[in-house]
Amino acid sequence: MEINEVFEKVKGLFVEDLGIDESKVTMEAKLEEDLEIDSLGIVEVVMAFEDEFEIEIDDDELADVSTVGQAVNLLHSKI
Amino acid sequence: MKTVLVTGGSRGIGKSISTTLAKSHHVVVGYVNSQDKAEEVVNEIAESGGSANSVEINISSKESVDRAFASIEEVYGSVDILINNAGITKDNILPRMKEDEWLDVIQTNLTGSFYTSQRAIKQMMKNKWGRIIFISSVVGISGNQGQSNYAASKAGLIGLAKSISKELGSRNITSNVIAPGYIETDMTSFLDDGNKENIIEQLSIKRIGKPEDISNVVAFLCNDESEYITGQVIPVDGGLTT
Repeated sequence: MEINEVFEKVKGLFVEDLGIDESKVTMEAKLEEDLEIDSLGIVEVVMAFEDEFEIEIDDDELADVSTVGQAVNLLHSKI
Repeated sequence: MKTVLVTGGSRGIGKSISTTLAKSHHVVVGYVNSQDKAEEVVNEIAESGGSANSVEINISSKESVDRAFASIEEVYGSVDILINNAGITKDNILPRMKEDEWLDVIQTNLTGSFYTSQRAIKQMMKNKWGRIIFISSVVGISGNQGQSNYAASKAGLIGLAKSISKELGSRNITSNVIAPGYIETDMTSFLDDGNKENIIEQLSIKRIGKPEDISNVVAFLCNDESEYITGQVIPVDGGLTT
């Protein structure tokens, strides 16, 4: 899957599952500061990713993820 | 209509919870060995105009829990209300307690409720609504001779329920504990009349409890009216623990 396809899917999950304004979801956006996703929200996103892409994401891998772009790159590397 | 899963829902307190909640919800009666009894409860609910089905769920096995939830979700979408009622006893005084007696009771009563709760919240978080009710016991608060394993498992449920309430309150998921005292069921049928008189003497309300005393409180905690109550332990024990 191309990286921009992953981004579009990620954007879809943010908009549909978390009700985030579509225009705010950019590769540079910070999950907590810009999108106002709390720690439980990040877990919800991860669970949605795992279902959508049929992958498993370890807690360790998440430690370095703080922006949408980092999440997209992590997912892209796992698919 | 919300979907409720009652583990151990075919007998004793669980049966009363199943029939009471069926007045306003779809009830899934969970059973392990007593399929016949579960079907009887389902039929009883249907005859009084309610909606119910049964599912095999051995809460001590994560695989069994996953299988049961998958089958419920396939038909009803999600478990909106989870009643962690199933439990076992293997009583023995501590000096004689076998490791197996300890481990089996903790595995079923405590770890089993961890499996069901963890599985249930996946959908509850998506729905941004959920109710989890743990049927603990007054012995989880006060302890009891010959029940160190059971009391520890029931006390453990209190910590689990309170933690869930803090983690998931922001998603409109409440988590509460009911601590029944002496209730007339198969589990307390070993008490003879002499034992019963001694127990009643300790109570403020001078009778042994009925399963309905518990299920009525469960029904209240499932309602939207109770949404501001979470992380609490509610003893329903005729005044035993006051």
